[in-house]
Amino acid sequence: MNNFISANLPYLLAGISVGGQYALIAIGYTMVYGILRLINFAHGDIFTVAAYLMVYMNATMPLYISLPMTIILTVLLGFGVERVAYKPLRQAPRMSIMISAIGVSYLLQNLMWYVTGGLAQQYPTIPFISNTVRIFGATTKIVTLITPVLTLVLVMMLSLLIHRTKIGLAMRAVSRDFETSRLMGIKINNVISVTFIIGSFLAAIGSMLYFSNYTAVTPTAGAMPGLKAFVAAVFGGIGSIPGAVIGAFIIGICENIIKALGLTTFSDAFTFALLIIVLVFKPTGLFGEAVYEKV
Amino acid sequence: MKKWLALLLTLTLFLPVLALADDYAGEIVIGIYEPASGPNGAGGKQETLGIYYANYLKPTVTLSDGEYLIKLVEVDNQSVPDKAPSAAQTLVSEGASIVLGSYGSSVSIAAADIFDAAGVVAIGISCTNPQVTLGNPLYYRICYLDPFQGTVLANFATDEFDAKKAYTLAELGNDYDVGLAHYFTQAFKGKGGEVTGETFPTGTSDFTAYLTNAVNAGAEVIFSPTSTEFAAQIITQAAANGIKIPILAGDTWDSSVILNAAKGTDVSVSVSTFFDEGDSSSKAAEFVTGFKAWLNENPDKLANNGGNDIVAAVSALGYDGYMVALEALKLADSAERDDIAEVMADVTFDGVTGSIVFGENGDAVRDQAFIIRSDNELSAWQFLKVQTVSD
Repeated sequence: MNNFISANLPYLLAGISVGGQYALIAIGYTMVYGILRLINFAHGDIFTVAAYLMVYMNATMPLYISLPMTIILTVLLGFGVERVAYKPLRQAPRMSIMISAIGVSYLLQNLMWYVTGGLAQQYPTIPFISNTVRIFGATTKIVTLITPVLTLVLVMMLSLLIHRTKIGLAMRAVSRDFETSRLMGIKINNVISVTFIIGSFLAAIGSMLYFSNYTAVTPTAGAMPGLKAFVAAVFGGIGSIPGAVIGAFIIGICENIIKALGLTTFSDAFTFALLIIVLVFKPTGLFGEAVYEKV
Repeated sequence: MKKWLALLLTLTLFLPVLALADDYAGEIVIGIYEPASGPNGAGGKQETLGIYYANYLKPTVTLSDGEYLIKLVEVDNQSVPDKAPSAAQTLVSEGASIVLGSYGSSVSIAAADIFDAAGVVAIGISCTNPQVTLGNPLYYRICYLDPFQGTVLANFATDEFDAKKAYTLAELGNDYDVGLAHYFTQAFKGKGGEVTGETFPTGTSDFTAYLTNAVNAGAEVIFSPTSTEFAAQIITQAAANGIKIPILAGDTWDSSVILNAAKGTDVSVSVSTFFDEGDSSSKAAEFVTGFKAWLNENPDKLANNGGNDIVAAVSALGYDGYMVALEALKLADSAERDDIAEVMADVTFDGVTGSIVFGENGDAVRDQAFIIRSDNELSAWQFLKVQTVSD
């Protein structure tokens, strides 16, 4: 029995931890979608930029400065991307703004190639969470255990923000109806900026947790987690925050169980097959709202 | 007035040609077919640096009708086989007399037809998959091949670690990874060992599950000839999960990325390579000091080398590749593609990675590989031994 646990626990731990990191990215996707009906393809790259900011700033500054600075700069980047690439297209067809998002994603990715040269960089060690622990005969980093807890705490704070504050009320209103909320005196642009700020903040935290575990930072390192998080958001019902979190944990854990069963070659294929199956049977995802055609 | 201006401008266009005519008999184009982006971008840049260093030392070649200036034309094949043919075509159209590259076997395989059709000789620098030269009479290669490298590493696994069970991990759809893992498996099984083999999809960053599989399979060595970005993940996650199984890999891992990842951990990484940085034979030592000084002069070059002056084996091979191309031009005494193709098989060169003589299929005859191991305290490679196929 003990052997069974120590042989299989690493899979489950990895699954939960990866799930938590996907969740933090997925929230960013789902919130932006809920409000703008836009899939922010650049989100995965903002996640990677956060990692590079940390790598470069940590080389010159102590941790207690570089850590908050990373978060602030990432938030500014998310805010800036929205202002420069999405806001001017507010009245444009939805497809144009989507193409703009893809453009930003490639721009960020190629800028990272250009600036960093592309060789994998080592993510700095953050004391405490990068330490290793032994539980039930399996060795892992503390960050693996912290991630799911921190994810849940952040999600709870976020849902308090959405349901108990004025800005949260405004966000809910805007997600229902753009025009009417504008008539009610809500400053739509401010609400959208706040959404991007929260999304980027969570991406920065997610990036710290993710890269503390998987320490090689390359310009494309965020592409796969970004895509999986997007799948998680759609899986849980895009626009729904609890849906995104649950979807992320399901995908993270399933992925690792598939690998444990020896079907390593198919672990990614499985993730996307799962998406197709769920969408065939439940087109709006697990917790998605039904869409009514507006006349 | 306008006409005069136009005439003046046209004349200035001819100025460089006149200037050239003063010093040199003409210009010869050598194409650099390397990835500068994509998963192999980093390695490709290091190889390209070796070529540029060689060009810096020998910017011209003397043929019987005078001294020619070498012009290097670089294209980025983006590490992807479907982008590779158009990059190769660019070099052909640019009038390359001879082509060097590429880092990464799949892109070389993808471009072989283009070079063949145009009649351009290509010199593979560090692409080790047999398919590169097999059936492509104009593709030559100066490094050793995967069947050789796989066997060498299997021998090393049994000699050094007395291993009976091995675990191989390769990237799905990557000719280099899958090929090398296959030859390792073949050789290891031939010695009576057992092998569990797994592949991972491109873009994977969580290797915990794979490493746990290796532990559960009872592996005594892990053989993972992946590209460096995955390598860094594999090493740090092995360290985080307390996995002490020695890791082996091919020439790709001879990179400072690996040293950075392994620094301060107790993971043992052994790698086969083309060249030993600490080699004291005059040629290699001269190259190492010269190349380091050249790198340190220019921050851009240093950044392309990964931000430090550790000499990667592919840089040394890139240097040799350029020198071999010059020898070919001299032997053909011409910059015509057909003349070069005719004499290419007879070109020999005594390079920093050893003497280069082309044998069967246009592959250089190589009979030994250097095995190096990462020293995780000094963050440097340590020469371990010279391994051959026979022992």
